[in-house]
Amino acid sequence: MPSVMLRKREDGKLIFYVAKKDLEETIESIEFDSPDKWGGEVVLGDGSKYAFEILDAPPKIPLTLQAKRL
Amino acid sequence: MAAMTREETEALIQEVLEVYPEKAKKDRAKHLAVNDSSLEKANKCITSNRKSLPGVMTVRGCAYAGSKGVVWGPIKDMIHISHGPVGCGQYSRAGRRNYYVGTTGVNAFGTMNFTSDFKENDIVFGGDKKLSKIMLEIEQLFPLNKGISIQSECPIGLIGDDIEAVAKKAAKETGKPVVPVRCEGFRGVSQSLGHHIANDAIRDWVLENRDGDDSFQTTPYDVAVIGDYNIGGDAWASRTLLEEMGLRVVAQWSGDGTIAEIEKTPKVKLNLIHCYRSMNYIARHMEEKYSIPWIEYNFFGPTKIAESLRKIAALFDDTIKAGAERVIARYTAEYEAVIAKYKPRLEGKRVMLYIGGLRPRHVIGAYEDLGMEVVGTGYEFGHNDDYDRTIKEMGNATLLYDDVTGYEFEEFVKRVQPDLIGSGIKEKYIFQKMGVPFRQMHSWDYSGPYHGYDGFAIFARDMDMTINNPCWKNIKAPWKNQVANDEALKAVA
Repeated sequence: MPSVMLRKREDGKLIFYVAKKDLEETIESIEFDSPDKWGGEVVLGDGSKYAFEILDAPPKIPLTLQAKRL
Repeated sequence: MAAMTREETEALIQEVLEVYPEKAKKDRAKHLAVNDSSLEKANKCITSNRKSLPGVMTVRGCAYAGSKGVVWGPIKDMIHISHGPVGCGQYSRAGRRNYYVGTTGVNAFGTMNFTSDFKENDIVFGGDKKLSKIMLEIEQLFPLNKGISIQSECPIGLIGDDIEAVAKKAAKETGKPVVPVRCEGFRGVSQSLGHHIANDAIRDWVLENRDGDDSFQTTPYDVAVIGDYNIGGDAWASRTLLEEMGLRVVAQWSGDGTIAEIEKTPKVKLNLIHCYRSMNYIARHMEEKYSIPWIEYNFFGPTKIAESLRKIAALFDDTIKAGAERVIARYTAEYEAVIAKYKPRLEGKRVMLYIGGLRPRHVIGAYEDLGMEVVGTGYEFGHNDDYDRTIKEMGNATLLYDDVTGYEFEEFVKRVQPDLIGSGIKEKYIFQKMGVPFRQMHSWDYSGPYHGYDGFAIFARDMDMTINNPCWKNIKAPWKNQVANDEALKAVA
């Protein structure tokens, strides 16, 4: 369960950053991204997949969250 | 020598790897690469931030070097205790030339060495008592200090001293911040982890000291310069440019910086990151906790300076945008004169770099402004994200080497034959003896500053006086020079 820091890039894309792994990737797709449901499975720019817990509302970015590697 | 093609560079890497035993070869092959600037991600071509191989010569430092030497050391009004045996602090003392204003020993302590000087006794019975005694002595002898940081050396972690408890007690007694930093040298693979630990210590022990205290008057133009260590005065040369364009520099991290500036940083509007490698952690933390955005900038060479000034100004209103243009216009004549003077002398010269955490990519623009070409670059302790940012700056088919070994670097230089090498003191004399002009790019070879427009003039002069120094013509002993001998004989006859 790596700690993932999420931040928005200038072009609006979400950046998925894991300090311990030097992993800095864009998030290409996210399973749920609506005002009442956010999270689930995400696909990164390099093709790897992680999952966030499903939240009731989109979180305030930047934020550190736990993600699960799939 | 003409530029090498991709195949030639790949062949060169293979040839250099040939001498290693099978296992070492496999490992080192991952750290050497030919640049392909079309790639988006560096992890496709190069591996970094891995343990160095036993038996090869590496020039990496340790976590203590990253914390005490780089991040904490330049904070001038704090006393940094090298907690452990005397050598770590003494042999690195004042070596990094972080300039500061102040009276050393009275209100600034940058070049002094404070150590707990561990002996066998302290290892056996623990050093906590000694540490509290030292801090009392410090209070008596240097009452104008604004805080103390305890920089652990290897034995502290090995014997398991509780420096946090000692620090908390001392902080209560003196009423000043006392920061324990767990930067024992054996942690991690290089000084890079020391930077991270130091950043985390600032986050946990210093940054929130003034949360909820709004007595500090802010303006909409407050910025903090982060990751500029004022080597040879670099931070001053950067700061003047930012102030001239109308921004207010609240804090300098950490060259010529103070603890008060660091405590005020959460109140700024924007964090400007120069050394991404050593301070991105704290910038990311401040973005999350205090919603302060951060951007990377580059103050080496006029092209990159103008680019960075505009990038910074774009985040502010029109007065700052006009300010940026005004600054660029004001210095245009100055830097054009520098280029006009030195470019004809340096044009087409080829450079190989091997430096620390930001310069392998940041100085490329400055060399290109002088018409020079960087044909190889590498980081001692860079991570993947550094290489991501590097592949776009470097030309195609140039060499990339991560944590290069002494042997590899020498062989690369023999084959690529650059006109200049920019690296550190450990490489300097090897290459000078090989007859290759060399500049130290960690300490600017005791020159500097190199940041900003003022620094660019010094940079250009230094590169010229190194490359075009007449001594390089006399590397060969005169009697081994056949042509000269024949002419001399003729003259005698």
